Amino acid sequence: MDADLIVLVLFAAIKTGTPLLLIALGEVICEKSGILNLGQEGMMLMGAVVGFIAAYSTGNAGFGVLAAMLMGSFMSLIFGVLVLHLGANQVATGLALTIFGTGLSAFIGSDFVGHTVQGFQPIAIPLLSKIPYLGEILFNHDILVYLSFVLAVIIAYVANKTRIGLVLKAVGENPHAANAIGIKVLRVRYLAIMFGGAMTGLAGSYMSLVYTPMWAENMTAGRGWIALALVVFASWRVGRIMLGAYLFGFASIMHLVLQGLGVDISSNLLAMMPYVATVIVMVIISADQFKEKLLAPRSLGKPFDPRHMA
Amino acid sequence: MIRIQARTEPSSIMKVASPLIAIVLTLIFGCILFSALNKNPFEALHVLLIAPLSDMYNIGEMLVKMSPLLFCAVGLSLCYRANMWNIGAEGQLLAGALGGSAVALLFIDSTSVFALPLTLIAGIISGMLWSAVPTYLKLRFNSNLILTTIMFNYIALYLLIWAVNGPLRDPDGYGFPESAMFSDSTTLPILLEGSRIHLGILFAVISAFVGWFILSKTHLGFQIRVFGADEPAAKYAGFSGKKLSWFVMLFSGALAGFAGVCEVTGPIGQLVPNVSPGYGYSAIIVAYLGRLHPLGAIVAAIFLAVLYMGGDLAQIQMGIPVAVVGMFQGVLLFFLLACDFFIRNRLTFNNQVTN
Repeated sequence: MDADLIVLVLFAAIKTGTPLLLIALGEVICEKSGILNLGQEGMMLMGAVVGFIAAYSTGNAGFGVLAAMLMGSFMSLIFGVLVLHLGANQVATGLALTIFGTGLSAFIGSDFVGHTVQGFQPIAIPLLSKIPYLGEILFNHDILVYLSFVLAVIIAYVANKTRIGLVLKAVGENPHAANAIGIKVLRVRYLAIMFGGAMTGLAGSYMSLVYTPMWAENMTAGRGWIALALVVFASWRVGRIMLGAYLFGFASIMHLVLQGLGVDISSNLLAMMPYVATVIVMVIISADQFKEKLLAPRSLGKPFDPRHMA
Repeated sequence: MIRIQARTEPSSIMKVASPLIAIVLTLIFGCILFSALNKNPFEALHVLLIAPLSDMYNIGEMLVKMSPLLFCAVGLSLCYRANMWNIGAEGQLLAGALGGSAVALLFIDSTSVFALPLTLIAGIISGMLWSAVPTYLKLRFNSNLILTTIMFNYIALYLLIWAVNGPLRDPDGYGFPESAMFSDSTTLPILLEGSRIHLGILFAVISAFVGWFILSKTHLGFQIRVFGADEPAAKYAGFSGKKLSWFVMLFSGALAGFAGVCEVTGPIGQLVPNVSPGYGYSAIIVAYLGRLHPLGAIVAAIFLAVLYMGGDLAQIQMGIPVAVVGMFQGVLLFFLLACDFFIRNRLTFNNQVTN
């Protein structure tokens, strides 16, 4: 493998890892507050289709991104009402959100299949993009990739160094104690859920405005689920999510690399690789039960009703 | 003033009424949606829900769609009762279709009476294998069952696509990604002349009764119910969580595999890339709508099969995209989860809070 190919592969790994990174950054905040939202795939598809339609109708990709984020948080709000106020099971509600989003996105997007939009163009950052190799890999992307870099840094800072991060942690580790010291547990959880939804909507718009750029039914191909695995892989640590996202991104384009190298394996078998890689990673990460118990937010997935105190 | 009050005992009336209320709310939602799309809502609902039951042909087609939903939902009901979040029925169904097809193609020139049973068994075993791997990974390595079963759905899909493009492709099929048509010896017999009602539908109904018998009449079923209701109590009673997990997962994998092999040896008659329009995912809704009760699943599977049929008819007759079915399924599950709130809570209409 020569240097040019390596640069190209790493560049593509970042591009492919970006939607995973965006979802996982939102979901980690949501999970830190104790809520497991399995509706990522549905919200992502809704973000993708709404973002595409908005950008297609207005001719402005920025509007598309905004509409996708609003749609994502609206979808997650439905989830929030069901699990926070109606005490519905988080797993079942998340699945419902995915089924609903998959169906609804195909329904409203059926008139837009086959169209293309003017998405975001790559912007080479002055000076930085001139760094040999590194510049080409990191600083020759579109604006959403840069946004994901910035968001990762901000979210890592907020989660680890600020009062907001502490409140989030308190709510996720022990909602009863948090409630007792006057933190509005449900309000924090609503905000965390809706933040996660907006990030997933953003990831969806990245798929339909930058990555492809077009709309097709089920175009996210399980990325919402892979991002959920990524959060577990990163042990709920924001820094590790970034590394993981690009590793998963690399696994997703591995089949292109292998084909480029002239390996003679059916492309349908190679297309399984991201999913197989996800399973393998899950097995390796979760094998240490003690570690997972230590790192996962303690109230993750458990309902909290402020009316009954434990 | 309306207040929400927690019930001291879960309401058994609401448990049954909740799915019915959810269906009514979904239909109201549908009316509003179709009006917004400038389609006559009553015509649309007629096409979606009544037309599929209007004549024998349509009823037969509805039963053809009910069968895989029911197979998968019976297995999932037992899994969810035991707190095993198996989302992998879709992959297990595809694995069953693939494994069954591989054996059926061995008997392409055969008239042996063993051909069909062996094909069905191959499908069942393939489904079991496909659920056994995530189960093993969960029990041995503590990996998240939801995510691994989902990943296995995608892996099964690509494996199937690879097979119909490669080893199982019909050599005389002009390169289409399809297997050869199966011989009569590996095709499920038709139960009703002139329809597509096949033996698999009967198997599906039997599987629901088997599921009900296991759950309600055996010690194993009792353990599953206790385990789901109160895990610490079940462990205190000495029930083996591992054994129960293995049982429900293999049972559900077997039924999903059965569903898959019945699809390819029944209505389809060959292996094609789109064996399932998402039956394994819809079965999750069937299981919930049927209250995780195998016999309830029969009613729920009929309802969702009607909706599937209606979606096809609505596309042909009214130009409504068939994706509307998936959306309705999601809305239905939302309403169901919301209505279930009133199993545990009730509304009181005065200021005095009674205990």
